[in-house]
Amino acid sequence: MMPGATNFGWTREQMAERVAVDILDGSYVNLGIGLPELVAGFIPKDRTVIYHTENGMIGMGGSPGQGEGDPELINAGKRPVTELPGAAYFHHADSFAMIRGGHIDLSVLGALQVACNGDLANWSTGEPDAIPAVGGAMDLCAGVKRVCVITTHCTKSGEPKLVDACTLPLTGLGVVDRIYTELAVIDVTPEGFRLVELAPGVTFDDVRQRTGAPLLQKLEHAERIAP
Amino acid sequence: MIDQGASDLTLVSNNCGSGEIGLAALLKAGRVRKVICSFPRTANSTVFPELYRSGKCELELTPQGTLAERIRAGGAGIPAFYTPSAVGTPLGEGKETRSFDGRDYLLEHALRADFALIKGRAADTHGNVVYHKTARNFGPIMAMAADVAIVQARSVLAPGGIDPEAVVTPGIFVERVVQVAEPAHESELVAAGATYP
Repeated sequence: MMPGATNFGWTREQMAERVAVDILDGSYVNLGIGLPELVAGFIPKDRTVIYHTENGMIGMGGSPGQGEGDPELINAGKRPVTELPGAAYFHHADSFAMIRGGHIDLSVLGALQVACNGDLANWSTGEPDAIPAVGGAMDLCAGVKRVCVITTHCTKSGEPKLVDACTLPLTGLGVVDRIYTELAVIDVTPEGFRLVELAPGVTFDDVRQRTGAPLLQKLEHAERIAP
Repeated sequence: MIDQGASDLTLVSNNCGSGEIGLAALLKAGRVRKVICSFPRTANSTVFPELYRSGKCELELTPQGTLAERIRAGGAGIPAFYTPSAVGTPLGEGKETRSFDGRDYLLEHALRADFALIKGRAADTHGNVVYHKTARNFGPIMAMAADVAIVQARSVLAPGGIDPEAVVTPGIFVERVVQVAEPAHESELVAAGATYP
């Protein structure tokens, strides 16, 4: 195993559950494709969260039962979804007015790199033969009130994803508020990365050794739930 | 369009199609010179990546919200607008930047098209359209931004057949309606391995 790779800390589901703890009742939320989508399964039962999907729906529900889907009712990842009571459909320009116009409370995105000043790189590996594809990531970064990242702490080859400065093509400048990895919850603050919470069995040094920028100790009276 | 023979096309779409039907079939037939889109790398999309890598098709990559707003502006008589999306990223390079209230924005230009191909649920003979769930998508803004907007609908009704309060695209934006009672769905065709022609 490479020095930076980890096989301890939270599972993918526990990471998603930890993100869900921070989502306030009544929030309008956009979840990115892949790992962020898992978050919807862990919202505490006493909270109502309203999901926006950038292809033109608010009030999106989970997957339909087998054989019950409608090919014209899908999420941004083209997967079948359902409609909850109070849902609304709209066209793409309205959908991105919601995003860019600051009407969405929270965006949960994946990441290739996050810098300690909040810069995010999550759309291109920068490889010469890669097909560039950006989707709505840059608009989400530019306009959603709070942007959080859920990601493995390091790449498959063990390189830190939390870095001093991104080397990959950027998605947005200074946009990330909080990062959830299998090892820890980390805030991006004006002073840089600051620990919020460690996964069980993980030490501050475990996280610091796998982070490519200085990591500040947790504040004594840190609030567990995000503002 | 493959049967009709149009070529040297510029496509405006969010992606480059899936499998070997629809947009992907048009690309595979070599009819497309340039694609303006936000996400050309969807699952089951192999046609465009091959054309792009071999230099046979040009790509103008645009953030999805910027693409939507460029189309909306094109239909609304707005030649260009400032947006915060893509500031400081490779997609913002070379674009005019202006600061408003201490924040930087990029100048983006409107997009218009000769033709828009749109899928609705129902239309009336005045061209008023209602859509079906998330298939509404780019339809309403593309209808506004095209010289000739052609709407495919499951039913084409007499005037009055659609509640005026429920009309999503007013008929002034639509030039032609075509009834297709039982439309094929891309996802089902791709799953079945369909190709065209």
